[in-house]
Parts: sequence; structure tokens; C-alpha cells
Amino acid sequence: MSRILKCHPGIGPAAEGVALVAKDDFSARYDLDRLAGVFSRPGHALAGQSYVDRILVVNTAKGGVASAWMLHEMKTRAMAPAAILFNAANTILAQGAALADLAMCDRFADGDVTDLIRTGQRLHVDPARGLVTILDDEETP
Amino acid sequence: MRLNDEEQAMLAGALGRPRQWAMEHMLQVGGMFDAEDMVAVSQAHMMADTESLGEAGVAFLEDLAGHPAAACRVAVPMITDPRGIDLSYYQPLGQTEAMADLERRAIAACSAMGILMTDTCINYQTIMPPVRGDHVAYGDTGVVIYSNSVLGAYSNFEGGPSALAAGLAGRTPRYGLHLDANRKATRRFIVRHQPRDPTEWGILGGLIGRRCGSYWAVPVVEGLEGIPTSDALKHFGAAMASFGSTPLYHLVGITPEARCLADVCDGPPPAAEEVTQSDLEALRAEYGASGEAVDVVVFAAPQLSHVEMQQVADLLDGKRLSETTAMLVCTAPTIAADCERLGLIARIEASGAKVLRGTCFYQQYAREIGEAQGWTRLLSNSTKIVNILGGYGYAPALRSMEDCVEAAVTGRIP
Repeated sequence: MSRILKCHPGIGPAAEGVALVAKDDFSARYDLDRLAGVFSRPGHALAGQSYVDRILVVNTAKGGVASAWMLHEMKTRAMAPAAILFNAANTILAQGAALADLAMCDRFADGDVTDLIRTGQRLHVDPARGLVTILDDEETP
Repeated sequence: MRLNDEEQAMLAGALGRPRQWAMEHMLQVGGMFDAEDMVAVSQAHMMADTESLGEAGVAFLEDLAGHPAAACRVAVPMITDPRGIDLSYYQPLGQTEAMADLERRAIAACSAMGILMTDTCINYQTIMPPVRGDHVAYGDTGVVIYSNSVLGAYSNFEGGPSALAAGLAGRTPRYGLHLDANRKATRRFIVRHQPRDPTEWGILGGLIGRRCGSYWAVPVVEGLEGIPTSDALKHFGAAMASFGSTPLYHLVGITPEARCLADVCDGPPPAAEEVTQSDLEALRAEYGASGEAVDVVVFAAPQLSHVEMQQVADLLDGKRLSETTAMLVCTAPTIAADCERLGLIARIEASGAKVLRGTCFYQQYAREIGEAQGWTRLLSNSTKIVNILGGYGYAPALRSMEDCVEAAVTGRIP
């Protein structure tokens, strides 16, 4: 069964993929080995895991402005996430999503998105309508 | 978003494709943050190091710069953040010709658009500081937080693409910190231990940033005795922005929007949270490593001011670096030119250290340099840089400028 989560309208095209969830924050500069496509920061909750083509679900954005260019660079090498969902995005990640044409949403109506979605669930993200659908939600009656 | 006639014309493409792209980009971003209209900016500052741009970003810049000058020349004064390479010194660091070529292409594209290649993250100390109430579109988080907090300017964090869009259009969507309502304090900290040098200011900033942990939090700080220097607040803000993605703070009785606590409170003040000496020592301890051998000492993030260059020169006078330890000192090209004239660079480099012009270490392929040089243990007095470089394959440690110089001379962290 599927379950629909409402969020603020976001940026980028609709996207579908498998969730990679962490109660942690995100910066392309601080946290990633962008060539290898994995989280490289030792203290990050997703250290060592690949983010390529996953729908990244994290708390908020952190750190500096570099992520704006980096999302674009990662997307052109096909080494980017399929989408990023935040509790609260910052300006940089939104700007990066706009340049990269990458799906991004935040501010979920039903609470903490890192609790609402579990790693491994398949998601459909519709930024224009502000809707994220969990396509295989076992808890939905 | 409401657009005036000029903005409508840009969006329709009447002023050329680059300005049309700028409007399209800013409408997307402004839409996500519910901007109702746009606001004119007096300056733009773009982060565009080639490590972040990559081939794709440079090609994007070249595409814009390939239009006629009337279409692609920036509409307001626009300057740049540090570059990915000091073209006068890159082979010895292990940086490649491919990296240098990418850098040359990026410089050519930016220059063709009328962007001044200032290559600095301390433009507020070196170029043209904004004034209170000035709406600007700045990149580099350290630049934004200093300009908002210490100078009373109005800027969001603008990533390179958005800073460029603002430079091309001469405006930015009015959201976030361009609105007075978003500049009120949401967190309140009472400092119980006075920071004694810029490194301790950095630790304090990092701690407050970590506790805030959001772009949308605005901390107000009480309990500070005396007036900090520009260099101290440079490290304070850079670390806060790095740990928390925080773009604005208020220091009661010090920064211009907070003559008193009530000035920055919308109603009753937020609950007070103490910052004690043990809190600060706990953060410092995360970057310890006393007694360990150090591969490289880095002074950067932010670039060094004239005063800091003199301090490094004074500390190094008559000393030689350990044969097993390197030292890099990153500063703005304008400051480097002055320091040449003042003899400071000769004094620093007589020790074996190297001054880099127009770069900042973490923005210049730090991972590739570390691999080429075999560097792992890195020591700095910058709380910001030790926060960043853990993800770049380094084991970073944090000490005062004095301890950093001692470590570079002895080869071990004191």
C-alpha cells in the first residue's frame, strides 16, 4: 500500500527511488567523497554508504556554499542522489537543486521526515505539488 | 512572485539569455522560500572554486560568458571567493595541469562577464564592506555571517549559481535574511568564559553554531566582556556558519542591530542557555592530538588579514620548520601584494613556510593535495577548517596560532 506525505512545494522534476535515511545533516563539501559517490566523513551517520541514485532523507543542510555547484557537478556525472528530502533545507541546497534540476523538498506536514520514512522504502517525489509518496508502506492499512 | 517591468523583460529574454536564466533560477529558489518580490542588491560575491565547479560548472560559466557583452556583463559590482589553485604555486603541492587549465578557463569566463577576480573570503576586510541596511548577494558563509552580523548588511547564503544570477540581474528574491522579521533572535546564549584569542572565538562560534544547527536559527549572545577585533569575529562567525549553517548572530552591546537584548527580540527573549568553559573545552578536545607528529600546519579559513600575516611572521622569525612538517599560509591577493611590500612574506617564507595567494586550503583540492603529499595529520588555528577536513581524509587538530607555529618547528603538537 502507498502513503502520501505532504510537504512545502519544492524544486526540480518528479523523481522516484529508494530512500536512504539518517538523523544527521548534509553538506556535499563536508560529508562526501564525490568521486566515489559515498559518504566519507567518519562521524556521519551514513559514513561509507553510497548515495548515488538514492533519495536522501536527512534533517537539514549544514556548512558552506559549495554544495550549490557540487550538486550540479555530481548530476552531470550521474553520481548524484535521485532527490533530497529535508526537514528544513537551507538556501544553498535549494539553489543547488535549481541549477542541477534535482528534486528537493522540505517542511513535512506530518512531522520529522527522518521518522516518517525508513531506509529501503521506495518513494515518488513530486516537488511541484509538494507530495512524497511512500510506494510500499507496510504500515498503511 | 511579483515582478516589475524590468524583471518581466529579463524573464522574457528581452535582455538576453544569461539574464533570462538568472531570473528563471531565482524564481525557482524564491518560490521554495515563498518570496513575494525581488530586492535590488548593491554587490554580489561568488564562490566559484574549480574543485566545486568541476568541468560541468566551468562549462556552464563559459556558456554564459559566450554571449555578447551586453547580455552577459554583470549588472552590479561582482567579486570572487578564493580560487582552487594559486597559479603561481601548484605543481609543488601535487596539483595537476588539468586542474590549472580548468582554473584558467573559469577565470577567463568570469572576467568576460565583468567579474572582478578578487579571490578572497575576507572582502569585508579588504575590498568594499557593505553598510548597514545594504542588500547584497554574497557567497562564502563566513562573508555572509560577518556582513549580516557585524556590519548589518542583508544577505542570504548565496551559492555560486545564485550569486551569479543576482549579479546578472542586479537583484535577488526577497526571502530569508532580506526580511527584518527573520533577523530576530530565536536562541539566546550567556557566555560564562571569555574567549582569549581568535581560536577561542572560533571554538565559541562553532559551539553556538552546533547548538543552533539550522539556517533559520538566529542566536543572540550575552555575557561578553570587551570589544572583539575584526579577526576574532572573523573566526567566530566562520566557525558558527560552518558548524551550524548559521547566517546571522547578534552580540548584545556589540553588533549594530543589538544595542540591547530587546532590540533583537520579538516579544519575550528566548530562554537563556549557558556556554561554560567546560563546554568550550569539550569541543576543543574533539580536535586534540597533543604530542603527535604533524604533517602540515595550515593557516586559512578564513584567509589571513594583514595583522595575522604580521603575527605569523613575528612568530616564525629566526626559526626553521621541521623537515617533516610543512606550513601553508593562505591570504587574499591584495594582502599578499601589501605583505610583499612590507617584507612579511619574505620573513614567513624564510622559515620554509609557503604563502598562497587567492586560495583557501579547503577550497583547493585538499584531498588530492593530501594524497600527493602523504599528509594526514593537519593542524590549524581555524575551528572552521578542522570541522571541514575530516571528510577530506585528514585527521585535523586545533590549536592557537602560537602552538601551531611551535608544532611546525618541532614537528610535534605541543
